Amino acid sequence: MSGFLQAARLDVAESLRTRWFLVYALVFGGIIVVALVAGLTESRVRGFTGLGRLLIIYIQLCMAILPVFILITTVRSVAGDREAGVFEYLLSLPIGLAAWYWGKLAGRFLVVFLPVLAALLAAVAWGLVRGYEVPWAALGINIALLVSLAGCFLGIGILISSLARSADLAQGTAFLVWLVLLMFLDLILIGIMIRNQAAPELVVAISLANPLQVFRTASMALFDPQLTLLGPAAWVILDAFGRAGYVVYGLLYPLVLGGVSATVGFLVFRRGDLP
Amino acid sequence: MIEFEAVSKAFRRRPVLDDVSLRIADDARVALVGSNGAGKTTLIRCLLGEYVCKGKVLVDGRDPRRDRRQVLKAVGFVPQLPPPLRMSVGELVRFSAKVSDGDPDRMVAVSETLGLDYGAIRRQPFVKLSGGQKQKLLIAVALGRDCRVLVMDEPAANLDPESRAAFFDLLAARKDSTAMVISSHRLDEVAALVNRVVELDRGRVVLDDHVADAVDLSSRLDCFVALSRLEDAFAAALADWGFRNVNGGLEWRGEVPGPDRLRFLGMLSRYAGVLKAVSMDDNGRNGGRP
Repeated sequence: MSGFLQAARLDVAESLRTRWFLVYALVFGGIIVVALVAGLTESRVRGFTGLGRLLIIYIQLCMAILPVFILITTVRSVAGDREAGVFEYLLSLPIGLAAWYWGKLAGRFLVVFLPVLAALLAAVAWGLVRGYEVPWAALGINIALLVSLAGCFLGIGILISSLARSADLAQGTAFLVWLVLLMFLDLILIGIMIRNQAAPELVVAISLANPLQVFRTASMALFDPQLTLLGPAAWVILDAFGRAGYVVYGLLYPLVLGGVSATVGFLVFRRGDLP
Repeated sequence: MIEFEAVSKAFRRRPVLDDVSLRIADDARVALVGSNGAGKTTLIRCLLGEYVCKGKVLVDGRDPRRDRRQVLKAVGFVPQLPPPLRMSVGELVRFSAKVSDGDPDRMVAVSETLGLDYGAIRRQPFVKLSGGQKQKLLIAVALGRDCRVLVMDEPAANLDPESRAAFFDLLAARKDSTAMVISSHRLDEVAALVNRVVELDRGRVVLDDHVADAVDLSSRLDCFVALSRLEDAFAAALADWGFRNVNGGLEWRGEVPGPDRLRFLGMLSRYAGVLKAVSMDDNGRNGGRP
């Protein structure tokens, strides 16, 4: 346990020293500040108002920004350390490989998730001060969905990092993965596929497999029971799962995908040459 | 006891180690020499369980890959190239001590013995230290632990003569209880530290010889050097060795650590043309040995 905690602590300390973390924290804090300053909570669009509207915008932006931030920063953790020669020394110390790998992952999770959570909680605190009604249930589920999304992309990121032999290759692959997932959102390529009369089973399977789409559908379903903001594939899926069922799927699937990816990454990391 | 049994390793089908078999006893001090690309670092990484290889590597009967924690607890490692760690010096010492169940104060004490002002650099990022400071700290982390095997890749390359002497003293204190594997591409760098020389060439052992263990690691030699004429470069080299000028730059006196005598003579040989007289005297401080 000591090795795990030490590795997690080391990763947190290393991340806090880097510029990417500063940018990352500023981006998420900045989104909330800009949203508040722009008076988003005062406006009413499509029936959403107050903190609910702010939350929707924040969650949508998180879906776009959080995965790519996590991927780009996480993919350097194994491949970058290996390339820089950090492994040769640090892994000559008596620390278990499992403790090292999972400790780093846990540390990175804290570093990427805490700024997101802090920004969200700051918005809630501000909303309470202003006397807005806080959608507590939706807020709680959305935080859980964000945990799941972050876990998913951390797992994918560290898998890519374990497989790649150079940090540049890892970074390029991560960006490509993010782009493909983004393209296969309901409102982009999936929409085109539906218009071109692709097999419905294929469209539904892609929508269910894409963690970004799953997160988007689950988070939107909490606020919009009429599904006016969702795409057609999400509509069909949600109809089959039911709202609660889909939220459970939206919580579990990305976590499982991230967990499986991270585990495969660990097996690759443990099996091969370390430096 | 360290055992390499028919160890082979290839990168993209290019063999780097080819059927290497070695047994290193608990009190052995082995110089692992060979030119660049001979396979020294690869062999060390196999010993540390960092590379997957064919054959068998055992430390006290344990596989460093399978039983890494138990094996690496007994192994102190000093790499040739310091890693580019952004963590502070204090964090590195704390981390190393925690994972190896060691005492950070002991590591700090060793670093100070080597001439490092730990208090002044404690908060500095490791990567910002000078080459010599990094080397001293990594040596301190390795020697500040209770390890039975020391694996050092060109450990004294960046050390000044004073620190080298302190380093040799530290090794001398452990020479009967610790197996040492010291890698270098030059035998004269490590010859006096060891009692066995293993030379690698293109991944194979081409020489495995025991050498006379005549030099006391903690000995000092009083040296006198006289020059036939003033030579600035020679004067600078002697000053680097801590020598003091006693006669307008033509005569110099100083102390050379016993294990460094070959290296010192190597330096003198570059200026043979201006040497008038040289004397080296152990003053009976070498346990009565010549």
